[in-house]
Amino acid sequence: AGFAFAPQGLLRSFVSHSLLSFGSITGACRAIQKLTRVRVVDNSTLGNTPYHRPPKCIHVYNKTGVGKVGDKILLAIKGEKKKALIVGHKMPGPTMTPRFDSNNVVLIEDNGNPIGTRIKTPIPYTLRRREGEFSKVLAIARNFV
Amino acid sequence: RVSSDGKPPKFQPPPKPVIIDRKTQKEERRFLSPEFIPPRGRTDPLKYYIERKDMIQRRKVFNIPEFYVGHVLAVTTADPYASDKSKRFVGICIQRGGKGLGATFVLRNVIEDQGVEICYELYSPRIQAIEVLKLEKRLDENLMYLRDALPEYSTFDVNMKPVPRMDHEEIPVNKLQVRMKPKPWSKRWERPKYNIKGIKFELPEHKMKAAQKWSQPWLEFDMLREYDTSKIEEKIRKELNEELEK
Repeated sequence: AGFAFAPQGLLRSFVSHSLLSFGSITGACRAIQKLTRVRVVDNSTLGNTPYHRPPKCIHVYNKTGVGKVGDKILLAIKGEKKKALIVGHKMPGPTMTPRFDSNNVVLIEDNGNPIGTRIKTPIPYTLRRREGEFSKVLAIARNFV
Repeated sequence: RVSSDGKPPKFQPPPKPVIIDRKTQKEERRFLSPEFIPPRGRTDPLKYYIERKDMIQRRKVFNIPEFYVGHVLAVTTADPYASDKSKRFVGICIQRGGKGLGATFVLRNVIEDQGVEICYELYSPRIQAIEVLKLEKRLDENLMYLRDALPEYSTFDVNMKPVPRMDHEEIPVNKLQVRMKPKPWSKRWERPKYNIKGIKFELPEHKMKAAQKWSQPWLEFDMLREYDTSKIEEKIRKELNEELEK
């Protein structure tokens, strides 16, 4: 009965699951790096079942440790490690590219196959540039921005 | 009426109608886009003059309509990765920034419960069309607080029909007071530095009073910060009207 009002952003819904912590949270950090909390956007069971800890990034497969749209990261979800693809972040990018209000991520296998079957949230068109790597992810996406 | 002579009365021509030609009055074009006004500084005005010439060239080829912060716009851009090579985005303009050719505006919309903002460059050749769907000014110049407001205030239908504007003179001001999500917000909008009038603050009285601690009432009297743009604006307006009529 602690959280009667809708918490700000979907990241805070993870705090509502834990009955222990009732304190302040650092604001979501901008581009994605180690220990950022992300939001899984597809309809896979692993991404959508509630857990008392939010999915966090533990490694970014990049020369710099900062992940932008189209980078692969390692996520820790429900006590397991899973790879994921970044489809949108809060950090403003180049002009004409969309900036999302949450850090969005799609769960992926090692060979690049997505685990879910549908992505409702909008995906930036810039991912189409790497059609070869992400063809299966783009195939299950519904909206583009 | 019977005249004194008994002949038919002399033909009196009807009074001439007075024609108020509104078209000549409209051509004054009182709106000047904010990116034409040069920022205050010590750079050579020649640089701004050359930039303005380029901006006028672009405006002759492509029509950039008059719009303010708070209008709902639909922008079609060229994109090699989109189907049909072009993509359309509808959103409310929350901010207009930049001067000269780098002028930008940010459009915000909430699609499928996900807030999306795109920053467009006004003079980019990639933009194919800008349509104004809904004309209304808001109480503030900067609507960045919509990020912390309830998502219903930023949702706009993608297939919205353009609202027709009857009067060419006034743009209606929407005095909407937006309700916010619970704190914490991305910025402390209740502080007087942001001077926001468009939020319905439901904070307790003591918090509103505590926010006034950060007010700087001397700023409006600071003479070094004064920048009177009326004469510059007149010059630029004349220049624009001459060039665009050619």
